[in-house]
Amino acid sequence: MTLIEISCEEVWMELSNYIEGDVTPELRARMEAHFRKCDHCTAIYDGTRNIIQLVGDFQAFDIPKGFSERLQARLKKPE
Amino acid sequence: MASPGPQFVTDAEAALLDRVLAGERDCFYELIRPYERAIFVAAMSICRNEADAEEIVQEAMLRALTALPSFRRQSKFSTWLIQITINEARMRVRKDRKHLYESTDEPASPTEASSGLDYMPKDYADWREIPSEALERNELRVALQRALESLDPKYREVFMMRDVQKLSITETAAALGLKEATVKIRLLRARLQMRDALAPGIDGAWSLGENSYRKVRPWGPPPPNWRKPK
Repeated sequence: MTLIEISCEEVWMELSNYIEGDVTPELRARMEAHFRKCDHCTAIYDGTRNIIQLVGDFQAFDIPKGFSERLQARLKKPE
Repeated sequence: MASPGPQFVTDAEAALLDRVLAGERDCFYELIRPYERAIFVAAMSICRNEADAEEIVQEAMLRALTALPSFRRQSKFSTWLIQITINEARMRVRKDRKHLYESTDEPASPTEASSGLDYMPKDYADWREIPSEALERNELRVALQRALESLDPKYREVFMMRDVQKLSITETAAALGLKEATVKIRLLRARLQMRDALAPGIDGAWSLGENSYRKVRPWGPPPPNWRKPK
């Protein structure tokens, strides 16, 4: 089966869905064929995936000190 | 008899829910404790100020306690709490800014809903490995927060729910009151913009000071080392 080529713009449009695993097998194959020969899109894909991994792993938002205690206290107060 | 369909609430949660509903108000904190960080991040994704976010969480949790009888256990408890927190945060922001917060609406502009992507990803060097151990934790935190701040609120909240909180697309849509298709479109834009904002720092070096990152293959005229795909 020959794959219909896909443009860079089309790849970007579907990049997020591709990362989600939310593309058809056919589109997936077309995108993967594109990545094999397009360094630019491969860099964008790697970078985007890395960012997602980075923010997912990193505790970017710590709860402020005393947050839990203050929340508990607030819940106890009669309204 | 076993209830049909998927179980959204764990047995432990169900037991706690029953106790709170029976009047043991003190059990409520135990019920929400596992989601403290999630609801704080949800508030932060809208208001971006720790003190305000904390107040929003407190008010939202009081609201949740009052509204508990209306929780039908047809969604995860965490999603329900996040929904209430988001609503509280949006109300607060609306009140503070005295103008409508656009993000609750459906596709804000015709262009967003259309298939066109009026966005061109900037091109930096390939970086397949994140040298995160090489980065100062604080530096990374600041860079992340700055990048998040640079996002339009409607993109930021979707990114926060899906990629920071790791909610599913369906849960993100439910929490924000958006259609799944809208979530997907916004997520794409948010992710590409986050990459634009962060890739230079990771590829170049935050440690060399501000704006010292290398744009190895900037979008536009191809640099000498650019290999045109065959």
